[in-house]
Amino acid sequence: MAAEKMSLAKALNESLRKALETDPKVLIMGEDVGKLGGVFRITDGLQKDFGEDRVIDTPLAESGIVGTAIGLALRGYRPIVEIQFDGFVFPAYDQIVTQLAKMHARALGKIKMPVVIRIPYGGGIGAVEHHSESPEALFAHVAGLKVVSPSNASDAYWMMQQAVQSDDPVIFFEPKRRYWDKGELDTESIPGPLHKAAVAREGSDLTLAAYGPMVKVCLEAAAAAQEEGKSIEVLDLRSMSPIDFDTVQTSVEKTGRLVVVHEAPVFYGSGAEIAARITERCFYHLEAPVLRVGGYHAPYPPARLEDEYLPGLDRVLDAVDRSLAY
Amino acid sequence: MTVESTAARKPRRSSKRTSAAKTPAKTPESSGPQLVQLLTPEGERVEHPDFEIDLSADELRGLYRDMVLTRRFDAEATALQRQGELGLWASLLGQEAAQIGSGRALRDDDYVFPTYREHGVAWCRGVDPTNLLGMFRGVNHGGWDPNTNNFHLYTIVIGSQTLHATGYAMGVAKDGADSAVIAYFGDGASSQGDVAEAFTFSAVYNAPVVFFCQNNQWAISEPTEKQTRVPLYQRAQGFGFPGVRVDGNDVLACLAVTRSALERARRGEGPTLVEAFTYRMGAHTTSDDPTKYRADEERVAWEAKDPILRLRTYMEKQDLADAAYFTALDEESEALGKRVREAVRAMPDPDRLAIFDHVYADGSPLVDEERAQFAAYQASFAEEGN
Repeated sequence: MAAEKMSLAKALNESLRKALETDPKVLIMGEDVGKLGGVFRITDGLQKDFGEDRVIDTPLAESGIVGTAIGLALRGYRPIVEIQFDGFVFPAYDQIVTQLAKMHARALGKIKMPVVIRIPYGGGIGAVEHHSESPEALFAHVAGLKVVSPSNASDAYWMMQQAVQSDDPVIFFEPKRRYWDKGELDTESIPGPLHKAAVAREGSDLTLAAYGPMVKVCLEAAAAAQEEGKSIEVLDLRSMSPIDFDTVQTSVEKTGRLVVVHEAPVFYGSGAEIAARITERCFYHLEAPVLRVGGYHAPYPPARLEDEYLPGLDRVLDAVDRSLAY
Repeated sequence: MTVESTAARKPRRSSKRTSAAKTPAKTPESSGPQLVQLLTPEGERVEHPDFEIDLSADELRGLYRDMVLTRRFDAEATALQRQGELGLWASLLGQEAAQIGSGRALRDDDYVFPTYREHGVAWCRGVDPTNLLGMFRGVNHGGWDPNTNNFHLYTIVIGSQTLHATGYAMGVAKDGADSAVIAYFGDGASSQGDVAEAFTFSAVYNAPVVFFCQNNQWAISEPTEKQTRVPLYQRAQGFGFPGVRVDGNDVLACLAVTRSALERARRGEGPTLVEAFTYRMGAHTTSDDPTKYRADEERVAWEAKDPILRLRTYMEKQDLADAAYFTALDEESEALGKRVREAVRAMPDPDRLAIFDHVYADGSPLVDEERAQFAAYQASFAEEGN
C-alpha cells in the first residue's frame, strides 16, 4: 500500500487487521469489540472477517478481561485488549500492576507477557464523568509496563504493530479526541523503535515536549509563536515509559528551554519526571527552569468546564512567554 | 435442600455466631449431608453413588507417602522459619489430602495455577520442594520455570490466579487440546471479585477449568461465615456450572471428585467448582497467632479427622503396608528434611545487579541507565578499598 490519508481511528483499525492477518496467535478482546466494532469503531469489521474466536466479545468485567488475557498469553496467545474508556481501567488496575507487569521478572525471564491494553484516553469530546481522564503516569510508574501514545495516524498504525510484536505488556493510550484527525499513512515505511521520540517541528528558541493529544496543540502554539518571531521546537515523545530522554536532552541543549505539556494533572505527572531528569542532564544548558502545563489537582471537571481544565493554545503560549522571560 | 432454603436460614444463624466471642467448633456434621466422602475419619471405606474409586495397594501407599513427605517438608520449612532461615512460611498442615488427592488426579499436560500454599500440589507436579523455599527465603519471587512442570508460580494477591487459569483454559480450548486446567484458592478468595469474574468467564466460554477451593475455615483470622452466607460449593449454581463439596481430609474422595471434574472439563463440558471442606491446623502463616481468634476445641475436633491418620488406619486394617514400609518411609522423611534444611542454608543471595534483570523482555534504556548508575556506585566502594 502506498501513502494514503486516513483518520487515526482507521489507521488503528488497519493495524489491528494486519496484526490478526499476520499472526494467528493474535486475539482481540473487550466489551463490544465484536458486532459493534467498539464504541469508537476501532475494531469495526474485524469480527466479521476473523470470527468470534479471534475477536472476542467479553463479559463486562475489566479485571476479568485483563486477567484472562494474562492466562491466554501464558498459553502462547498475544491478546490485544480494549478497555472502553480511561476511567474504566481501574477495576483491572490490580491485574495490570500486580500480575501483568511483574510476571516476566517474577519468572526470572521464563515467561513473556505479550499483552497490549488499548485505552482511549483524554478529554475534549464533551463526555460524562470517567470518560476523559489521562491516567498514564499511574502506569508509567510501574516497572515492567511500556506506556505509549501516538499522536497521529502514521504512529497509530506503526506503534500498534510494534506493541503487538513486543514481548512486554504495552499500555497503548489512544488520544480519543484525535481519532477523527486525518494524516498521511505509509504502511510500507520502516518505523524507528517504539520508545523513540520524534521531532515534530524544528526550532531554536525553546522546546515544547508533548505526547498524544497535546502534540497538535503544541504544533499550533509553535506556529502562532513563529508569527511573533519565536522559533519553537516541538517533540512528540510517543512513549511515556520508557521516555527517550536522549532526544529531549539533544533538543534542550540546542534551545536552552523546555516546557512539558500534557492533559494529565501536573502534580506527580510525567512532566515532573521529565523536568527532573532534564534538569540533571542539562543543568548548565538551561536558561530557565523547566515549566509544565497540564491539568489541575482536581477531578476532571464536567464537560462544560473542560476547556478551562485542558491546556489550550493560550496556556501553552503563556508558558512559552514565561520561559523566554528568564 | 434447595439453595433458597439455605440462604433463608443461614443469615439468622450467622448473626448469632458473629455476636459470640468465639466461633463454635465445626463438627463433621456441620459440613452437611452433601459432603462426598469415601474414607471416614475412622478409616472405614464407604461408598458414594456419584463418585467411585478403585485403587491398587501400590497406589494407596503412594498417596500415603505423598502426604507424609509433604507434611514432613512443611514441618521442616516451619522449623527453618523459626530458626531464621526463612522470612515467612505458609504451612499446609491439615490440607495434605486436599492437595495430594487433587494433585494426583492431574495429567502431565494439565496446568496448575496455585496460591502460595500448594506445596503438596507442587510435590505431585514434580517441582523440587527446595525450589518452593526461594521466595520465602527472599532470594527470588518463584524459583521454578512454570512450563517445566505445568505448575505456575505461587500467586500472593488473593484470587488473581483464578483468572489466569480461566484465560489459559480458554487457550487450551482454542488449541483444540483435551488438557484441563486447575485453579487453587481458599475460602477467603471466594469473596474476591476476580474469583467471581473467573466463574463468569469460564462459564460463558465453557472453559476447561476446575476451581479447587480449599475451604480451610479461616482466612487469617476471619471465619468462613465472614466470607459467605451460603455453602461455597453452591456458588457455582448461580454461574451455571456444578459445584461439589468433598471431604477435604479424605484423599480418596478428593482424588475421585477432582478426577471427575477434570474429565468433565476434558469432555468440553466446562468448569466445575470443587469445595474441599478441610481445616488449616496451623497458623495462616508463621506471622500469625491463631490462639487469638480460634478455640482450641476446634482444632482438637479437626485433629480427629486428620487426613494422614485415617488413611494409615485403613491401610493397617487392610494389611496394605507392613512395619517395614512405615519404617522406610520414616527414614525417607528424615532424609527429605535434611535435604531441605541443607538446601535452604546453601541458597546464595542473588547477585546485586539481579534487581535489574528481567524487568522487560525487550530491555529498556531506563533500566539500563539505572543499572549502570547502580553498578558504578557499587564499584566506587571497591575503588576506595572497602
